[in-house]
Amino acid sequence: MNQQIVISGVGGQGVLFITGLLAKACMAKGSHVLTSETHGMAQRGGTVISHLKIGDYASPLIRPGNADLLIVLKSENLAQHRDFLNPRGKAVVNAQTTFEKSASTAITLDADKMAEDENNPGSVNLYMLGGALAVTQVCSLYDVKEQIKNRLQGKPEALLTGALNALDKGYNQII
Amino acid sequence: MTQTDSKQLMLGNQALARGLVENGCRMATAYPGTPSSEILTSVAAWKKQEALDDMHVQWGINEKVSFEIAYAGSIAGLRCAVAMKQVGLNVASDPFMSAAYLGVKGGFLIISADDPGPHSSQTEQDSRLYAMSAKVPVLDPDSPEQARKMAKLGFELSEAFEIPVMIRPTTRVCHARQDVSLLPITAREKSAEFEKNPGRWAATPKFRYILHNQLEEKLKKIAAWEDTAPVCLNPSVQSDKAVVVAGVSAAHARDIIKELDLWDTVRLYQVFQPFPLHTAFVEQILSDHSDILVLEETTGVIEMQLARRDRVQGKKSGAVPETGELLPEIMEGIIAGFLSVEPKSAIMESKPGRRPTLCAGCPHRASFFAIKRAAPKGIYTSDIGCYTLGMNLGAVDTVLCMGAAISQAAGFAHAYTDDKRPPIVATMGDSTFFHSGVPALIDAVVQKAPFLLVILDNRTTAMTGNQPTPATGRGIMGEETVSVDIEKLVTGCGIDYCITADPMDYPNFLDHMKAAVAHARENGPAVLISRSPCVLSLSKETRKAQFQKVVVNDNCDGCGYCVSHFECPALVMDENAELVHIDTTLCTGCGVCVNVCPKKSIEIKISEV
Ligand code: SF4
Ligand code: SF4
Repeated sequence: MNQQIVISGVGGQGVLFITGLLAKACMAKGSHVLTSETHGMAQRGGTVISHLKIGDYASPLIRPGNADLLIVLKSENLAQHRDFLNPRGKAVVNAQTTFEKSASTAITLDADKMAEDENNPGSVNLYMLGGALAVTQVCSLYDVKEQIKNRLQGKPEALLTGALNALDKGYNQII
Repeated sequence: MTQTDSKQLMLGNQALARGLVENGCRMATAYPGTPSSEILTSVAAWKKQEALDDMHVQWGINEKVSFEIAYAGSIAGLRCAVAMKQVGLNVASDPFMSAAYLGVKGGFLIISADDPGPHSSQTEQDSRLYAMSAKVPVLDPDSPEQARKMAKLGFELSEAFEIPVMIRPTTRVCHARQDVSLLPITAREKSAEFEKNPGRWAATPKFRYILHNQLEEKLKKIAAWEDTAPVCLNPSVQSDKAVVVAGVSAAHARDIIKELDLWDTVRLYQVFQPFPLHTAFVEQILSDHSDILVLEETTGVIEMQLARRDRVQGKKSGAVPETGELLPEIMEGIIAGFLSVEPKSAIMESKPGRRPTLCAGCPHRASFFAIKRAAPKGIYTSDIGCYTLGMNLGAVDTVLCMGAAISQAAGFAHAYTDDKRPPIVATMGDSTFFHSGVPALIDAVVQKAPFLLVILDNRTTAMTGNQPTPATGRGIMGEETVSVDIEKLVTGCGIDYCITADPMDYPNFLDHMKAAVAHARENGPAVLISRSPCVLSLSKETRKAQFQKVVVNDNCDGCGYCVSHFECPALVMDENAELVHIDTTLCTGCGVCVNVCPKKSIEIKISEV
């Protein structure tokens, strides 16, 4: 299945981290993956964007109008990046439910609040990834959990529990 | 399990590094710079993982020094590589030009990563033009996987013709990730052996002329070397028109041409070695095709070598933009136009995003705030690094290139001869000071230029991912090295007023700043070393120990002074309440902002324990 996913946020939110998790989860299922990432000055709190292409592609970049899924970690980025979506594409946006509904494609998830309520402020990206996994079929919640376990091997147990919990909560919110 | 076991998700820079290691590279050097920085870090990681004890890996103090170290290894017979970003090649251009004449023994690769866009650079320069100018062959990878393969190809080419070879990846190759299979590492049982030959390695101008002739001969042969020749990707197609691509544009073009259903309509050629372009290819393509479209980044290097301007469309003909990144949506429009079909994707109107800013708790913010207080209406020259972002605070007026903050400050000081000379304050990071600040400072001392240099000493090369500096005292493998004392270096340059202070101890720091500014105006160059570590380099424990809980009290009337003049991302203006609040997820508890609010409405909360 060829799939194109854009992940957008600001430097420090962990856009690269969840791009890597998704990419590895898809790779583990035998798919080819290609990503393009933002490094350098923009990582200091500026707008960052990752492109993730799963399947038979040569180019690492997604052209406007071609993305199947857009994951937006900072709601203000939706205006900037929504044109990446194809007409059937879906956006999962970190925002309160009162967030503008003009785009019927936008599904909201208040990850900032969830993270704050659960005192898990560094995991906004994982709540969002969980939510996105409820929308996409590129890989399953389980596949991503396996990757998180790999990544956090040898790290304190609490870190892993927190990460898996964030993923679950995000997923359950949308499903 | 499956084939995925041997595959790794690799950044282009990692893949390139893997290529170096797989092919017996024995010395690798670099100076960090986006988008090239992860190349050397990855080489070091594999050296460690594969226990490659006889491999020398190091950060050089700048690109010129890095180049010369690796080049010496090559003329001693070892495979060597040096990596840098494109503007780094400007710094290394002197040895680069000369090494082309002298040639090499062990394979020698210069990796110069370009940044069309530019995303994180001062210029969009095309390193391939440098290769042309130096008369050195250049390879242009389209993906992480190909970058890895080109390391092997490059070494072979370099050794076959005893010539340095450039590999020129771009941001979209360096910072793409792809599933790449690992190949085993080929051990090369070779030890260094420098054969003396002063006629070559120290050639005088008379011999340089002979070497130049030899270089031209080599280039002719390289333009016929089979292994790097362009290929037609769809050879069964016969067409009048042809599209020629290289680098990441080749990757984009493959997808675009397939999606537009043109794969069986137009011949697509990929060039791997843009310079020297293969002679036979030039002849063949001009004889087989009436119209040729060339898509490449950033300058029309291939286009330039296709002599028939009337039949070639590209940057020079106006068909392809000469500036900016050649994004796939732009390419799609150009290809569709060339073949008279409709493009499918639209061009996205570029909307402004969020601008980058210094991290919450960054010591540079405190330094800049003090500079503006101590030298209001000053001229603020600055340099390359995170601290370029001092621009947001109105504390950076100029940024030219690595090291220029000092020479530009001196230049401004000499330009104003009368008493209208404003206070002049240069800011430069520790890594940049080592890289190219030192000669400029000596010059300023000799010329008695009245300005203050503030060395923002955070003990690291922060912007590019916290690489060590010569003052850090450890190398790329984490090994202990000598730590160079910045104070001694500064005083050794002839500066007699050199003070070190901690910007996070703000009131004290401001006093030092005022004194230093005053001293410099009267007495010639002075230096203030602003020393405090980058917050990203601090351990969790240190952060916890230093944390001071900061709160906003009722005096806050939402004037916004702290947000606009100090711009700590943890200070957030409440839209409705017209109050500032502290974003506790970002705040590092540095406490500097209590000195910022004119109404004293930010205060440190002493905990009730
Ligand atoms: S990375 Fe370090 S030096 Fe750069 S802005 Fe952040 S704290 Fe400052
Ligand atoms: S204490 Fe103040 S200046 Fe320091 S990080 Fe927190 S809000 Fe920013």
